[in-house]
Amino acid sequence: MNAPTPTSVTPSEGPPAGSLGSVPVSWSQAVLMSRYQFRDYLRSRRFILMMGIVAAISAILITVVVHFRPAGIIGNSTAFYGTLWTSGVEVLIVFAGVIFGGDAIAGEFQNKTGYFLMGLPVKRWSVYAGKYLAAFAASLVTIGVYLLVLIAFGSTYFGAGALSLDLGASFVLAVLYLSALLGTVFLFSSLFKTSMYGVLIVAVMFLFGFTLINTLLEDLVGIEPWFIVTYADAVIGYPFSGVPHHTTRFAGVTSYAPTYVEGIAIMIGYFLWTTLVGLLLFEREEFT
Amino acid sequence: MGPSLEARALTRRFGSFVAVDRLSLRVEGSKCVGFLGPNGAGKTTTLKMFTDLIFPTDGEAFINGISVQRERKRALSSCGALIESPEIYGSLSPREALELVGALRGMDAREVRSRTDEVLAEVKMSEWADQKVGRFSKGMKQRINIASTLLSDPEVLLLDEPSTGLDPRGMAEVRQIIRALKREGRLIFFSSHILSEVVDVCDEVALLDKGKLLFFDTLSNVSARVSGGGVSVDAEFLSPLSDEVVLREIASVPGVGGWSRLDERRLSLTIVGGAGARSTVLAALASKRLGLVGFHESRSALEDVYLREISVGDSA
Ligand SMILES: Nc1ncnc2c1ncn2[C@@H]1O[C@H](COP(=O)(O)OP(=O)(O)OP(=O)(O)O)[C@@H](O)[C@H]1O
Ligand SMILES: [Mg+2]
Repeated sequence: MNAPTPTSVTPSEGPPAGSLGSVPVSWSQAVLMSRYQFRDYLRSRRFILMMGIVAAISAILITVVVHFRPAGIIGNSTAFYGTLWTSGVEVLIVFAGVIFGGDAIAGEFQNKTGYFLMGLPVKRWSVYAGKYLAAFAASLVTIGVYLLVLIAFGSTYFGAGALSLDLGASFVLAVLYLSALLGTVFLFSSLFKTSMYGVLIVAVMFLFGFTLINTLLEDLVGIEPWFIVTYADAVIGYPFSGVPHHTTRFAGVTSYAPTYVEGIAIMIGYFLWTTLVGLLLFEREEFT
Repeated sequence: MGPSLEARALTRRFGSFVAVDRLSLRVEGSKCVGFLGPNGAGKTTTLKMFTDLIFPTDGEAFINGISVQRERKRALSSCGALIESPEIYGSLSPREALELVGALRGMDAREVRSRTDEVLAEVKMSEWADQKVGRFSKGMKQRINIASTLLSDPEVLLLDEPSTGLDPRGMAEVRQIIRALKREGRLIFFSSHILSEVVDVCDEVALLDKGKLLFFDTLSNVSARVSGGGVSVDAEFLSPLSDEVVLREIASVPGVGGWSRLDERRLSLTIVGGAGARSTVLAALASKRLGLVGFHESRSALEDVYLREISVGDSA
């Protein structure tokens, strides 16, 4: 193909074109993106939905305690926080993961918002990391609100002095679990280009799937399910309950409980491998 | 060296279907290039490979000499792209969306603010600056997309049918914006189906059909290609003209190379000899008091070449 002879431009007024600004490093771009995404979450209906779920779970637990006044719980601040916090937060983390992360990657394709970001000088992993950070922050707000509600409620029984390091330790473990769960959710989300599939699969897997596999493995084959992320969530309660026996035999069935080290290793491991695989998938995905 | 775009044997297959076929094209300098081709020719596919939205099966794309496939971030840093009418997070306002774009591009906050005001004014969206994008109409969103493409004043602009979804006034405005964007140091590459728009703003045209580049040339060369055979002009008259009258009064006018009948009141005339001849023929016809009410080019030179090249491709 022969190149045409150059034509002269008719320059309009103004200085010569030149791109303004010099592009920031990829990490700060990820953080920038997460800020806007987080703002989007806070303003969205899904955030209201999430707060509604927090309110519902809090209301149910509080009603039970106020109505039945279970002696084991209202007599002992460790048992109180141990029971209410642990049971509530494990459910909330799953909901937050599904609601904030379920369509995080798939939605970029389905809603065509990806085209807006991907034409910009950003690396794909910055987009992934930015979205992850935003979902993480929004989920953190969720469990933070729940924690505050519980503390406010608990202080009517025990006063403010009853707060212990146990609660702090459990919170840290919950945050660790959240990061592993979100990693997994993001992996599922980048497997699909349709939000529904990602959300559906994540919801099914975390609400029943993993637990089912867990139970089957333990009951039928007697294998310790260390490779299943939900197996690790038990450690969130350990600061209150103490570490149970690793293996228990009862009526011929062996059941397992992770040690602290195991639980933490599973969570970190899950975060790492799911994020790595999710990123690789996203790097290769096309905006067709 | 000016801004540049280059495709080297760029190829994209979808299964066994070849959407873009060993496209090699180099565009360089301050100019505006129209990217033409029928539906499904592979224009969007090509532009997506230039922005790393999809990956070539073979070949490579370069912006300012930097490989998009190997260094996406650096290659895109001097490029503004608008492809496939993207959506903006609905809860953001245009100002916030542009803030994000500016920050990601490394513009400082004050620069972003002043440029935001400028580009929003340019796309006539200033009064919507603080409303939520989620409630905007398609055309309003497209205007914001154009604004965000222009925000950082990039050297290279890749636009895929930028006037899609705009009302007639919006289309005219886009044309005007593009014309105003032409300046020293800027390369504009845009796909379009509106030939008059291309004739209006472009210096060069590339024509793609079935993934293959049919030609790439300056607009003036394109016009020269057809003027050899004459330009066809539609002439419309108040009342029907008989063949006899046409032969006697019209076909004999110097400059008229041939004629055919469109209907009883309209003729298609082939005029040889360029614009000068056209003017003489018009004056002659008007002076003959035949009831001439219309006299205009039936197709632009670009349209002629476009249709000719595409039909050659079809019969091949
Ligand atoms: N994801 C895909 N899978 C299969 N085929 C595809 C895909 N994307 C594009 N194509 C095919 O590639 C060809 C080129 O498409 P493309 O969108 O690039 O055309 P275009 O020139 O932009 O057309 P238009 O003028 O209609 O926008 C079409 O035949 C289309 O069907
Ligand atoms: Mg297209």
